[in-house]
Amino acid sequence: MERPLTKHIKPGSSAYNLEEYKQVGGYAGVNKALKNMTPGEVTNLVKASNLLGRGGAGFPTGVKWSLIPMDGDKSRLKYLVCNADEMEPGTFKDRYLLEGNPQQLIEGMIISAYAIQAEKAYIFLRWAYKKAESGLRKAIDEAYKAGYLGKNILGSGFNLDLYVHSSAGRYICGEETALLNSLEGKRAIPRTKPPFPAISGLFGRPTVVNNVETLSWISHIVENGADWFKGLSLTGTGGTKLFGVSGKVKNPGTWELPLGITMRELLEEHAGGMTSGHKFRGALPGGASTDFLIEEHLDVKMDFSTVAAVGSRLGTGTMIVLDDKTCPVAFVHNVEKFFALESCGWCTPCREGLPWVEKMLVSIEEGTGKMEYLDLLAFNAKYMGPGNTFCAHAPGAAEPLQSGLKYFHDDFVKHISDKKCPWR
Amino acid sequence: MVKIRIDGKYYEAEPEKNLLETCLSIGIDIPHFCFHPAIGSVGACRLCAVKKFKDAGDTKGRIVMSCMEPVTEGLIVSVEDQEAKAFRASVIESLMTNHPHDCPVCDEGGECHLQDMTIMTGHNYRRFDFPKRTYNNQELGPFISHEMNRCIQCYRCVRFYRDYAGGKDLNVFASRNHVYFGRHEDGALENEFSGNLVEVCPTGVFTDKTLKRHFTRKWDLSNAPSVCVHCSVGCNTIASERYGSLRRIMSRYNGAVNGYFICDRGRFGYEFVNDEKRIKNVQLRSGNDKKLESAEYDKLFSSLDQSISKNKKMVGIGSPRASLESNFALMSLVGKENFYHGISKKEFHLTRTIVEFLQHSGVSTPSLKQIEKADVVLVLGEDLVNTAPMIALALRQSARNRINDEAKGKGIQLWNDAPVRILAQDAKSPVFIATPFIDSLDDIAENTFRATSRDIGNLGFTIAQKVDNKAPDTKTENKDLKILAEKIALSLKKAKNPLIISGINCGDEIIVYAALNIATALLSAGSNVMLSMVFPECNSMGLSLFPGKSFEDAVSSVENKKIDALIVLENDLYRRASEDSVNELFKNSNKTIVIDHIFNKTTQNADILLPAGTFAESEGTIVNNEGRAQRFYKALESKNAPKESWRWVGDLIKVRDTNPSVLWTHFDDIVESLVNELPVFLKLKKYMPGADFRMLNAKIPRQTMRYSGRTAMNANIAVSEPGLPKDPDSPLAFTMEGQQEKPPSSLVPFYWTPGWNSVQAMYNYLNEPNASMKGGDPGIRLIEPIEDIKNIYFKQGSQISEAKNDEWLIVPVYQIFGSDELSSNSPSILQRIQEPFVLINQKDAGKIDMNDGDTVQLEILKTKFKVKVKIENSIVHGVAGLSVNLPGMPYFDIPGTGKFHKL
Repeated sequence: MERPLTKHIKPGSSAYNLEEYKQVGGYAGVNKALKNMTPGEVTNLVKASNLLGRGGAGFPTGVKWSLIPMDGDKSRLKYLVCNADEMEPGTFKDRYLLEGNPQQLIEGMIISAYAIQAEKAYIFLRWAYKKAESGLRKAIDEAYKAGYLGKNILGSGFNLDLYVHSSAGRYICGEETALLNSLEGKRAIPRTKPPFPAISGLFGRPTVVNNVETLSWISHIVENGADWFKGLSLTGTGGTKLFGVSGKVKNPGTWELPLGITMRELLEEHAGGMTSGHKFRGALPGGASTDFLIEEHLDVKMDFSTVAAVGSRLGTGTMIVLDDKTCPVAFVHNVEKFFALESCGWCTPCREGLPWVEKMLVSIEEGTGKMEYLDLLAFNAKYMGPGNTFCAHAPGAAEPLQSGLKYFHDDFVKHISDKKCPWR
Repeated sequence: MVKIRIDGKYYEAEPEKNLLETCLSIGIDIPHFCFHPAIGSVGACRLCAVKKFKDAGDTKGRIVMSCMEPVTEGLIVSVEDQEAKAFRASVIESLMTNHPHDCPVCDEGGECHLQDMTIMTGHNYRRFDFPKRTYNNQELGPFISHEMNRCIQCYRCVRFYRDYAGGKDLNVFASRNHVYFGRHEDGALENEFSGNLVEVCPTGVFTDKTLKRHFTRKWDLSNAPSVCVHCSVGCNTIASERYGSLRRIMSRYNGAVNGYFICDRGRFGYEFVNDEKRIKNVQLRSGNDKKLESAEYDKLFSSLDQSISKNKKMVGIGSPRASLESNFALMSLVGKENFYHGISKKEFHLTRTIVEFLQHSGVSTPSLKQIEKADVVLVLGEDLVNTAPMIALALRQSARNRINDEAKGKGIQLWNDAPVRILAQDAKSPVFIATPFIDSLDDIAENTFRATSRDIGNLGFTIAQKVDNKAPDTKTENKDLKILAEKIALSLKKAKNPLIISGINCGDEIIVYAALNIATALLSAGSNVMLSMVFPECNSMGLSLFPGKSFEDAVSSVENKKIDALIVLENDLYRRASEDSVNELFKNSNKTIVIDHIFNKTTQNADILLPAGTFAESEGTIVNNEGRAQRFYKALESKNAPKESWRWVGDLIKVRDTNPSVLWTHFDDIVESLVNELPVFLKLKKYMPGADFRMLNAKIPRQTMRYSGRTAMNANIAVSEPGLPKDPDSPLAFTMEGQQEKPPSSLVPFYWTPGWNSVQAMYNYLNEPNASMKGGDPGIRLIEPIEDIKNIYFKQGSQISEAKNDEWLIVPVYQIFGSDELSSNSPSILQRIQEPFVLINQKDAGKIDMNDGDTVQLEILKTKFKVKVKIENSIVHGVAGLSVNLPGMPYFDIPGTGKFHKL
C-alpha cells in the first residue's frame, strides 16, 4: 500500500532536514513545476486529480485555485495561506505531518503559490503546536538558504516569502475567513461569502486557504500525475487520507490509508478494536462536529460522499469512539460545552443557542433535567442549522447533538426519569 | 430597475439595494437589528430571515438573511413563510434568554426597538429556565449611561462608533455570550458623536444621561421639530418637553443635511434652557446704582418713557445666533441705518465676502449629503470637528469613496459593509488638511500641513495658481509648500467632485481668500467644484443677508455722542470686542435694553432686561452655512414663558409708534414683512408652511396619542380641566388630537407609526433608507449658483501682523465643548469643558521655561490672562494656540501676536 504522505515519517525520530529530504526525492516537484510547467498547467493538473480538501469540507482544491484571477497584475499581491490551526476536537493528523515532515508541506506550498502566482504565503499554526513551530521555522530557514524560498526561486523569476504565524488560540480561527481576520490582526469572526477569498481574502487580496494535508499532496501529484493519485483510493475519489481513532480502543493513533476503507477495518484492523470490557456504541467519524455513526454503519466506506449518504460527514477523518462504559449524555455535553465556549459571539443562534444547550445537558446529566429539554434540545439543534447561522460552527455543533439525541434517546430519557446519570 | 416577487406580488426594485432596505421602503415590515442604513448590512443578528425560492417550482425554499440578499432580476422570496416566521421568533426567543425582563423600569421602554421587534415576530412565552448572564456597567461620562445587561449584541454601537464616526475608545471585548461593549476602562467617551449611540442602540444599553435627570417616557413628551443652534451646520433636531421643561434633544432626519445623526454638542447642549441662570421675568433698573430687579410686565412700558419714541437716536445690535425674524424686528425698530450685526468688523467683512461670492461666483455650495460624495477634499484652516462637527463626520464618509468602483467591479455591493471595508483596508480618497495644529481628522488625511495661518493661506494661493495660472502667485520660498501645493492642485483638478472647505473661524482673511481663489480657479478649469464655508454661528449666514454694519461701526457711531436707546438682541457683546470698547458703548447709551436668555456680562449693563425665548420656546427661521433656511418650532409653551425676541421688539415698536403701520400679531405676519422688505428671503413664504396649513382639516399634534396626565397635571393649581395652550403661529398644536399620520417633512414632531415605537419608525417617513424624507427634505436653499459669473481673484494679503522676537503668533483653538456660548451653560457639557489652555510645542515651551501643566500669563494687546500650558508638538515653532471663549475667558482678537509671562 502506498503511503506517499507519511512514508518518510518515523515516529520517535526527528524529521528529515532539507538535504535528507532531497535525497529521498524531495523538491523534485518544485523543480518540475517551476521549470517545466506554467502556473496554469499546475492548476489544471491539480484540478484533474480531483484532490478534495483535507481540512474537513472536501472542496475540490483545483477548482478553488482556478477562482484566483490570473490577470498578471504584479503590483497587487496575492496570498497562499496554510490552515494549520488544527483544533477540531479529536483531530491530530496535521500535527503528525507538521512534526513529521515539515519540508513536504513547504514544498507543496511553493508549488501551490507558484500555481496561483502568490508571492507571500503564511502558515497559520495552532498556538499549542510548539514542537511543530520550531520544526517549521528551522525548515523554512533551510529552504531560504537553499534558494527554494526568497527571490527568483531556481531562476524561474518566481519569488515567494513564507511566514509562520502562531495563532492566538481560538477554535474559530480554523474557519478560513475567521483565520484571515485573525491573521490581519482583527477580531477572529468569520466573513460573509461571497465575496470568496479568491476575490477578496487576506488584506482584501485574492487568497487561497488550504489545509496542511491538502498542501502536502501537491508535490506528489506534480511528480506522479493525476491518474496515479486517483488510483490510490478505493472509491475513485483519489488519494489516501490520514485517518485517526481515539477513545477506548487498543491502539489509538493515526494511519495513512486509502479513501474508501470501511469503518470496521479502520476500527478493528488498525485501531485494534475496543479495549477489553468495552463495547462499541458509536463514533463521531471525523471529529467533534460530525454526526454519530453506530454499529449498523460499521461497513460504511470512509469517503466523503459515502459517509454523507448515511447522514454524517467524513470531516477530518479522525474518529472519536463512544464506548458502552461512557455516558453518552456526558459525551455530548463535553463537545457541546467546547462549542459553546468557542463561539465567537457574532451571530445570535450560535451565541445564545449553544449555552442554552449546554445548560440543559448539564441539568440532564446531573439529574435535574426535564422532559421538555429533549424537545428544546432538538429544537435548538434545528435552530442552529446550516443557513440559519453566520458560519458552520453552530451547525457543526448541532451534528453530535441531534444525532446523539436520535441514537441515544433512551439514555437521555433514563437520566431524566431516574433523576440521575446511570453511569455514575 | 428589476422585477422581484415578494409573497406572490411583483415589485420594481433597484438592483443596488439589498432586499431588507427594499422591503422597508415598500412598507413591508421585516424585523431586524444589526442593519442600519448608515452602516450597511453585516448579517450578524439573523433576525431579518426570509425564505428564498430558486424558481417558481421550488416549494421548499431556503432561509436567507434579507439584509444580505442582493436584489436581482427574478428574485422570489416570502416574508410570511411559516418557517421564516418561526425562525425569526426563535431569534428573539434566544435573545430573551439573557435579556432582563425589565420593560416597566427600563428607560428604553416605549421607545425600544427590541420591544417592537419582539411584538413583530410574535415571540411570547419563555421556555428558558436558567439564570441569565449579567455584566458590570461602566461610567462613560456625563452624556451616556451604560447598562450592559440589556445588550442583545447587535454590534451596532461599535460599528457606528468605530467604523462610521472614527472613534477609538469603544470596542467589543471577549467572545461567545460574554461579548462586552464598552471602554477599556471607565471614562467619558471621547468621540464627539457618542450621543448617537443612544439612538443607534436598539435597547437601553446606551441611554441619554441628561434625560435621566428628568426622565420622561417617549409617549408623554410634547415635541416640536427644531434646528440646532450651536453651530452653522444647522442639523435638524426634535425638542421634547414635559411639565414645562425641555427634556431632551434627539436627531431629526434630514436627508440633505445631518441624515440620522447629530453631534454631542447639539444633543446635550440644551440644558441651558432649563438652567437657573435663565432670565425668567422682565428686569428693570431704576436709577444708576439701583440693582436689576424683576418687575411686572406693565411697568416695562412706563419705564421705557421717551427713550424709544420716534425721532430718538436708537442703535440696534442684532445677533448671528438670533432668528431672521428677531433680527428683522430689531432692524424695523431702529431703522436700517441704525442696525448693526453685532459681530466684529473682520467677521462682518469676511462673512459678507463669502456670501457675495457664493451668490455670484457660480461655485456651488454643497449640502452635508453632497459633501459625503466628494472624491477629493481640501480643508483650509478650519478645525472641523470643533467648529462644524457634522462636516467632519461627513468627510469621514467621503474618504471611503475611493474603493467604490473597485468594489462594484468585484461584485461587492456597497451596502455589504464588511467586504467593502476589507477590500478597502486603508485606502481612502484624498483628504488634505492644512491647520495650525493636530486635527482629529488627521487619521483620514493623505497629507497634513501644519503652519502659521499666513503659510496656510500661502498654500491655498499657490494651489489656486497651479490650477489656473491666471490666479495670483505667492512669493513664498517654502519648497515643501510648493511641492505639496502642486500635488493638491493636481489631485483637485483630476477629481470628479472636488470639495474645498474653509471658514471664518481661522480668523485670517488670507485663508478665506485662498479658499475662494481655489474654487474660482477650479471652476474656470471646468470642474464641478464645491465650496463649503463654515461660519461661527447658527444664523451667521442669515444675518449677513441683512443690511447693516459691524460692531466696531456701532462703537464709532456713538463715539463722543450720546444715544437715547441701545437695544442688544441675544448677544453677549463682551465676546465680540475688547472690554473697553464694549464698556464705552454702554456708557454712551441713556437707556440700554437687552433681550436675551441667560444672565451674562452684557445683561449686567441693562437698564431693561427682557427674557427672550430660546429656540425651544420660539418659532423662528435660521440659515445654515449651506444657505439653507430652516425653521424651528416651539416645544415649550406656558403662560409665564419668555416670549420670542421678535415679539418683545414688537412691543417696543408699539411704544415707539402708538399706531404702527406694521403690526405683527402672528408669526406669519412678521414673515410677510420680512419677505416684502428683503426679497432675498422670498422663498420662505413660497416654500415654508404657514400657520394655516392643515392635514385633513386638523392641526399637527405635538403629542403622541398615548400622552398621559393632561387633565391631572395641573391639579395642584386648579382641579378644572385647563384649556389647551394655543399655537396661532404654526400648523402644530399642543395636543394629542389631530392626524397622527406623517406630516410634511419640515413639520415632523416625533416618529411613530403602528408597530414602530422606537426611533426606527423614521424609516416610514423616508422614501427609502438613506434617501430624502417623503415630500422632500426640510429647509429651502436660498443660494444657488447662477450663470452670471463675474469672477475675480482675491489678492493675497493678511491683516495679521507677524510675530517679533519675543512674541508668538496666537491662533484660536475652538473647543466643541466650551467655545459655544449657549451650550456651555449646560451642566453635562460643563463637565467636558477644559480649563483655558494654550497649545505650544515642546521646544518653544522650553524657551520660556515652561512645562506641560504649568500656568502662564498670556498677554495679547494689553489683555492679560492666566492659562494652562499644554504641550502640543504638531504646532509649529513661533505659533501658540489659545482656547477660544472658554468660561471665564475674556475676548481676544486672535489670530494676533502675544507674549508669555512667567508667574
